[in-house]
Amino acid sequence: MEITLTVNGTEFTRDIEPRLSLTQFLREHLDLTGTHIGCDTSGCGACTVTLNGDAVKSCTILAVQANGSEVTTIEGMAKNGEMHPIQAAFKEEHGLQCGFCTPGMVMVAADILKHNSKPSEEDIRHGLKGNFCRCTGYHNIIKSIQHAAETINK
Amino acid sequence: MIPAKFDYIKASSVNEAVNLLDEHGFDAKILSGGHSLIPAMKLRLNRPEILIDISGISGLNTIEETGSEVIIGANCTHTQIVNSEVIYKNVNILKQAAETVGDVQVRNRGTIGGSLAHADPSADYPAVVLACEAKIEVEGKKGKRTIDAKDFFVGIFTTALEDDELITAVRFPKVAHGNYQKFYQSASRFAVVGVAVVHDGSGVKVGVTGVADTPYRATAVEKAYKNNNDSDAAEHAVDGVEVMEDHFADAEYRTHLAKVMVKRALEA
Amino acid sequence: MGNFIGKSVKRREDARFLKGAGKYTDDIKLPKMAHAAFVRSPYAHAKILSVKTEEAEKADGVVAVFTAKDGCGEFGVPCGWQVDFKNGETMREPKHPLLAKDKIKHLGEAVAIVIAETLEQARDAVELVEVDYEELPSVTDPKKAMEEGAPLVHDEWENNAAFDWCIGNDRAEVEAALEKAHHVTEMEYRNQRLAPNAMEPRSYIADYDVNGDKWTLYTSTQNPHLIRLLLCAFALGIPEHKVRVVSRDVGGGFGSKIYHYTEEALLTWASKEIGRPIKWTSDRSEAFLTDAHGRDHVVKSKMGFDKDGKIVAHLTDEYCGMGAYLSTFAPAVPTYLHGTLFQGVYTTPLIHLNVTAPFTHTVPVDAYRGAGRPEATYLLERIISKGAQEMGMDPAEIRFKNFIPPFDGVEEEGYQTQVALQYDSGNYEKALKRGLEMLGYEDFRKEQEKARKKGKLLGVGISTYIEGCGIAPSAVVGALGARAGLYEVGQVRVQPTGKVSVFTGAHSHGQGHETVFAQFVADKLGIPMDDVEIEHGDTEQVAFGMGTYGSRSLAVGGSAIIKSIDKILEKGAKIAAHKLEAAEEDLEYLDGKWTVKGTDKSISFGDVSLTAYVPHDYPEGLEPGLDFSSFYDPSNFTYPFGTHIAVVEVDADTGAVELQRFIAVDDVGNVMNPMIVDGQIQGGVAQGVGQALLEEVVYDEGGQMITGSYMDYAMPRADDLPMIETDRTTTPCPHNPLGVKGAGEAGAIGSTPAVVNAVVDALAHLGVTDIQMPLKPQTVWRAMQN
Repeated sequence: MEITLTVNGTEFTRDIEPRLSLTQFLREHLDLTGTHIGCDTSGCGACTVTLNGDAVKSCTILAVQANGSEVTTIEGMAKNGEMHPIQAAFKEEHGLQCGFCTPGMVMVAADILKHNSKPSEEDIRHGLKGNFCRCTGYHNIIKSIQHAAETINK
Repeated sequence: MIPAKFDYIKASSVNEAVNLLDEHGFDAKILSGGHSLIPAMKLRLNRPEILIDISGISGLNTIEETGSEVIIGANCTHTQIVNSEVIYKNVNILKQAAETVGDVQVRNRGTIGGSLAHADPSADYPAVVLACEAKIEVEGKKGKRTIDAKDFFVGIFTTALEDDELITAVRFPKVAHGNYQKFYQSASRFAVVGVAVVHDGSGVKVGVTGVADTPYRATAVEKAYKNNNDSDAAEHAVDGVEVMEDHFADAEYRTHLAKVMVKRALEA
Repeated sequence: MGNFIGKSVKRREDARFLKGAGKYTDDIKLPKMAHAAFVRSPYAHAKILSVKTEEAEKADGVVAVFTAKDGCGEFGVPCGWQVDFKNGETMREPKHPLLAKDKIKHLGEAVAIVIAETLEQARDAVELVEVDYEELPSVTDPKKAMEEGAPLVHDEWENNAAFDWCIGNDRAEVEAALEKAHHVTEMEYRNQRLAPNAMEPRSYIADYDVNGDKWTLYTSTQNPHLIRLLLCAFALGIPEHKVRVVSRDVGGGFGSKIYHYTEEALLTWASKEIGRPIKWTSDRSEAFLTDAHGRDHVVKSKMGFDKDGKIVAHLTDEYCGMGAYLSTFAPAVPTYLHGTLFQGVYTTPLIHLNVTAPFTHTVPVDAYRGAGRPEATYLLERIISKGAQEMGMDPAEIRFKNFIPPFDGVEEEGYQTQVALQYDSGNYEKALKRGLEMLGYEDFRKEQEKARKKGKLLGVGISTYIEGCGIAPSAVVGALGARAGLYEVGQVRVQPTGKVSVFTGAHSHGQGHETVFAQFVADKLGIPMDDVEIEHGDTEQVAFGMGTYGSRSLAVGGSAIIKSIDKILEKGAKIAAHKLEAAEEDLEYLDGKWTVKGTDKSISFGDVSLTAYVPHDYPEGLEPGLDFSSFYDPSNFTYPFGTHIAVVEVDADTGAVELQRFIAVDDVGNVMNPMIVDGQIQGGVAQGVGQALLEEVVYDEGGQMITGSYMDYAMPRADDLPMIETDRTTTPCPHNPLGVKGAGEAGAIGSTPAVVNAVVDALAHLGVTDIQMPLKPQTVWRAMQN
């Protein structure tokens, strides 16, 4: 069936099977491969994007459910080649190693900071519950999000 | 992971959804947030032939306050519940439970109606719904009806909903004093044990999830508490209940946890 | 220290990952690419009575369905290490087929591959393949696998042993010393099975080009050249020079992506059969069922002490599960990567380890972050703490009593252990002192005492680990059964403009080689980091290599690059001398130029580079060009060490453990990039804590895995961990040019026993002396009841 949605500011119309997940839609139909599949059953958070402004796990949303929505993926975070302050902070604080969970982490970090401009360590840990990182032990991810908060609040 | 093929229809009214359910019977499933259903379909444990998406039906995602109740539309997400001022003030225990569901992304999509209809024996809401004596509003081919919380949960993943019925709203009486205690399963973050205690004028009402294959009212606790008004009542947490086992908690430990969580909820 | 070495230079690879522009294998799409899905066994052990593929072959979009009856049936993947029985009998090495033919030997073993136009079609058609099984009894526990009458994994042998092995002093001598010991501490436990869970699932694309008769395999591996070698020489018997293996961005490995998996070989074979590229990406369920697992040791151990708490002897028997087949490095893990660490950091005079390695009806077990050393460290650090507890000694004190005294490996000789190896350099007491200071040990003990009076259960756990990495000297590992050398290759190609391309056989899947390697190359050459590019992960770019595991990249791979840099500078000096009309010995190289000592006459690296490629005015007899490749074969392993300290609180009602503090003082030798080393330690600690508190693969009696998803396999989430407090001591490695030891696994090796020691300490006053990992609330609560 045909769906139309806006991804990173651009409108796309595609004819798809209803069983296609939003993740697969982004990866296979729009070639936005920054959104990753870690578990495909909403356990790991690697597929996190924002849907109408809210962080969601795109693996557990059918593309047809997102019909008419606005989606932002990791590819939509940098503007005019400039990294988003969250992305910049992850680099500054070594908040990533293999990079696989990173897009999901950045997207959920955006959600955390949208609702709380000065999150405590505990707030951040709570907000990251849905995202696995197997490399960093979360230590530097937390520092990255705190760093990003400082930059954004400046 | 890819689900088996299915058809998808976005319903624009409850009536349309009910008619579709009636037409397709067992082959159809209601889709709201999809956060229990879609993973199960991907694992091909669940393979409906038609999904009826009710997320676009207007009027199912509102939270309203009346004189004595808070009425929550079936499509309200956990996040809506967490952020609702009305719920914060009037059914705070529900907010407490909603905050423990999954993670922020899951709470942004999962709905109260979906969770209740799915009836996972380790889900959080059933404990609260039972303790609050909430009423579940459903609609089907034969019209609307109201199901008392105590009659709603029938068994593991099984409710009192007929094949052609869907939940439209949940009505919570206002609760002045309630507390939800949860012991998390460390992988899924579902409840190994979840206990909701609501204090009313004369005593307590205790809802328990995670312990048995069906969530239940711990009436033995309620009775003991009423008589002595103390937390030793918690010793009766699993009276008359067959306690579930898994590799996180065997029956003995789960029984112990149930008592601890009941005690904590009573004392909170 | 130069401009970059020792500095926390930010990573150059980050931009692409942060922008979602990383290129992992599953991100690659090739023209005409087909998709594969597997028919996998729902049983751990079964006879295959029949496989019917007709319906699947007719299904929409299906290109081909293959079973073991097709050509691929003759092939299998090899094991890369041979450990023979103590009595000389050869290691039992069953064929590890690409598809199971007559018998299923572990849950999830593939029976057929379905290839279709789309992934959806492939998955749908999998359900149309009909397999008739006759389920058979299975055994998943390594100790039970050796019991009389246990179901056999491989019918060709009379029992399930793959090999047995021992190391150390004469058993009788060790037993005699234990008899005479003042106190003997015993432990019996299971070092539980873990699923590595790199966040990127394994993914492969095989692409056969009929015109060139060449294959390209895109694969999520830690060692592309090794995969090519195993694939060509052992699995399929295809010419190595006709195969290109590409492994660019890889989303974590932790060991699980070292091995040559059946799917890699099968896709490569099938791609030629259908004449098209084929992609397969594991889903998470398949990852739990088919990625090599870690650990799985059943341990019985005795440590004897004299009345002062000095260790007099240590005797251990272990059953170490291999799984159904021998994975690439599997036999090395419970033997040479494990037994050789039984000295720990202590002067134990008598040590004996006996290992029996049985097959079980499970997915193969192989190296997982630390590989054998976490298992050794867990035993040593638990049993010494248990000994202290039983003798009423302080766990720090008993360690100070038993430490090997400091030695730098230069002035003082390396330390010869009772278990074959010679440690390079170490200062174990310094790291412990620093750790105790960071904790405030004395104050903590007072606080703990006070808390206990209030019913609050606080505990502290110490682990003073050592590990052996930087693997490895080829002659040594060859003597120990490795079927490959473990040197590394580093090529430094100076371009005519003086820009430098470095080709390394090491592989980065999160470690940050693109940054760290460029740091020391730029420093050694005195040029900007921007002038250096690090290339890895493509067998057509990089001459050869052995890949990344065993914390070897910098110690071995970095050293190979240094060797090439030395050759560049040596040749460059000849060119510079010619241009400057000076003698080579009168030149010095500093800040990117050769200068005639005591003059201002100099020539830059860039000018020398250009001269090398435009050799008009050039030393007679010297070859043009500035491009060197070197193999570096280390003379010894490296031995990082350190102290990890955990502070926990146990919920007295529920047994839930809260990790409140974690202190890691690690000595990884010289440090190139402190930020990256800290990151490696923090991540390793998280995995080690995961083993201590959360993680375990559980098979039920029928051989079904009951922890096959994130709903049941618990891994550390952000709210399970505190900030990790890190510090370092620095004892350089004396035998490699950078003085580095390796940091990739230390965190995972040292941390696990620290956490368990802390929980036991919290409950010590209740008489608890040991608890089985993972320390699930239920397990801890039950320990408190007994």
